[in-house]
Amino acid sequence: MNGRVGALVRKEFRHISRDPGTLGALLVVPLFLLAMFGWAISLDVNDVPLLVRDLDHTAESRALTAAFFSSGRFSRMDDGRDAGEALDSGRAAATLELPRGFARSLGRGETAAVQVLVDGSDATRAATVIGYVEGIVMRFGAERITLKAAKAGVALPSALDTRPRVLFNQDLRSVNNLVPGLVAIILIISAVISTALAVVREKELGSMEQLVVSPVESWELVAGKTLPYATIGLISAALVLGAGFLLFGVTVKGSILELAFMTTLFVFACLSLGILISTAAPTQQVAFLASAMLTLLPTFLLSGFVFPIRNMPPIIQAITWLFPTKYYIEILQALLLKGVGIGSYWRSALALLVYALAAASIASVRFARSRGR
Amino acid sequence: MAELAIEAIGLAKGFKEVEALKGVDFRVERGASFALVGPDGAGKTTAIRLLCGLLKPDSGRVSVFGAGPAEPAAKAKLGYLSQRFSLYGDLSADENIAFFAEIHGRRNYASRRDELLEFTRLSPFRDRLASKLSGGMRQKLALACALVHEPELLLMDEPTTGVDPVSRREFWEIVAGLSRGGMTVVAATPYLDEAERFDSVGMLDEGRFLALGSPRQLKEGFGWTVVEIACADARRVARILSSEEARGAGVAAAQAFGDRVDIFAGDGEAARRYALSALAREGLAVASSRIAAPSLENVFMQLLGGTKG
Repeated sequence: MNGRVGALVRKEFRHISRDPGTLGALLVVPLFLLAMFGWAISLDVNDVPLLVRDLDHTAESRALTAAFFSSGRFSRMDDGRDAGEALDSGRAAATLELPRGFARSLGRGETAAVQVLVDGSDATRAATVIGYVEGIVMRFGAERITLKAAKAGVALPSALDTRPRVLFNQDLRSVNNLVPGLVAIILIISAVISTALAVVREKELGSMEQLVVSPVESWELVAGKTLPYATIGLISAALVLGAGFLLFGVTVKGSILELAFMTTLFVFACLSLGILISTAAPTQQVAFLASAMLTLLPTFLLSGFVFPIRNMPPIIQAITWLFPTKYYIEILQALLLKGVGIGSYWRSALALLVYALAAASIASVRFARSRGR
Repeated sequence: MAELAIEAIGLAKGFKEVEALKGVDFRVERGASFALVGPDGAGKTTAIRLLCGLLKPDSGRVSVFGAGPAEPAAKAKLGYLSQRFSLYGDLSADENIAFFAEIHGRRNYASRRDELLEFTRLSPFRDRLASKLSGGMRQKLALACALVHEPELLLMDEPTTGVDPVSRREFWEIVAGLSRGGMTVVAATPYLDEAERFDSVGMLDEGRFLALGSPRQLKEGFGWTVVEIACADARRVARILSSEEARGAGVAAAQAFGDRVDIFAGDGEAARRYALSALAREGLAVASSRIAAPSLENVFMQLLGGTKG
């Protein structure tokens, strides 16, 4: 490293060390987010408080009730109370009512009605709960039919038995999805936002002029501004991966080398984007807004981090292709969760490479131009 | 002829809405000092920025010690003090100087730094954060940062704007010391009293030089005798002494300053007698009156009036 780049890097680290906010945002907030998402905000639906009103009191009604609780998805609330009140107060998320005559109807081969009320105020959770209910009731019905047919000596064609097996994220834990997304977000915050702010700060302060007048070359200035934030971003990403492993047992199933290489490529793309934004933004506020709009929001909303891309309308899906995070998250999912190699994700890697090169070229042209006119 | 530090030929630069500089020529010899003066918008800052390579001229050219201002050969010899003393508020005085030394590729700057801190009387404050220094101290620190790589040419853009009068005087004494040491100094300033200290002065207005020369030449070229009249209501006095009648009595012009009016005339003593009697007629008290040497301010105001009136 030459002396001028060293001087710029040292100065940037001094700025960072004297502003606890920056370092906190880059190192502590990601861990906080991980803990928050990992423990507090679970997207999984378990232990749904279910209130059962069994008015039939028969073996059949008890069997169906038992099927609900043996699924492990529901936890039992005391029976008999007013269903509406339990839902209103939020103590129950769903109610199951078995009317009088339930067993009799079943015995006669009639349709037996079962009422399930689900609290729909959280739509995602309600949809999941309804899925559980349908599954349990259908299986119960199918078992009854098979049983009855066997008693009558009728051989039924084997009933369809779906047993979905989830690969790569066997427990369907959201934290497994979260770690890749969080790593991407950390890198974006440090590589795009912090870099853009650091360059624009010099412009606002007027010290950029001093740097332009000095013998510092454009590339040296860019190196001096990007290296510190790239370093901090990578350390922070490593911390999150480490914490993900220690706290939640999230492991890197694929090659660490590929992970490091792809992460470096992504960081390079982010830094270029940060520099590009800094050439256009006159103030730190504009730089922050622009980088947040261009990188952080799309990462949250459009990269599949929180909302699955597959569920988005086609036009929005097309927009997600414009942001590099999508590709990086795909690569991270491949490396962290699936444990597959570059042969499986080369399309994303290629897209990321093209993106990085394009951003770097535009940024260097614009940066050089912005420095002398 | 001595070696030239700066040569500017036909320098012109326009921005979206204004033509800031409309073709100016000047030369500054090595070791000399040159002031660019003029009102806001005259093109002073544009000229300084062209000289240090922050701007490229639309036409004309600048050379700094024979090289283009953005070339490494010129950059190494150039120290620039911008209008906003661009220091890093979260770095100490020492660290600010160290940073500017390092980006100029200086490694053994410790003794130079001590010398500059001594010179600017900032030694007791070397560990203080730049943001915690007073305006005058920040300005001196910015000067120290601009000087740490031992430039041969110091370019300053309105270095004393927003600085208290005591610090201003101290600052110019430091600069005078540099100048005596052989450094070439070029500064833009809106203050004509500051320009008096320079070897030569370029009076800029609307992108052109109204006059260019040493303060002495400019004053000699003025051609009028100045009478200073100290009085209370300077504006009213100036109005009375700008009348038709006053012109008939040989008063060429009257300029109001805070607590005095300067009148210009061919025959100073006659004009003074006329003024005193005219003001006595109006019942206006005059504290004192005397024949004085013209100041650069007189010269410049008269030139401005000539082009604008």
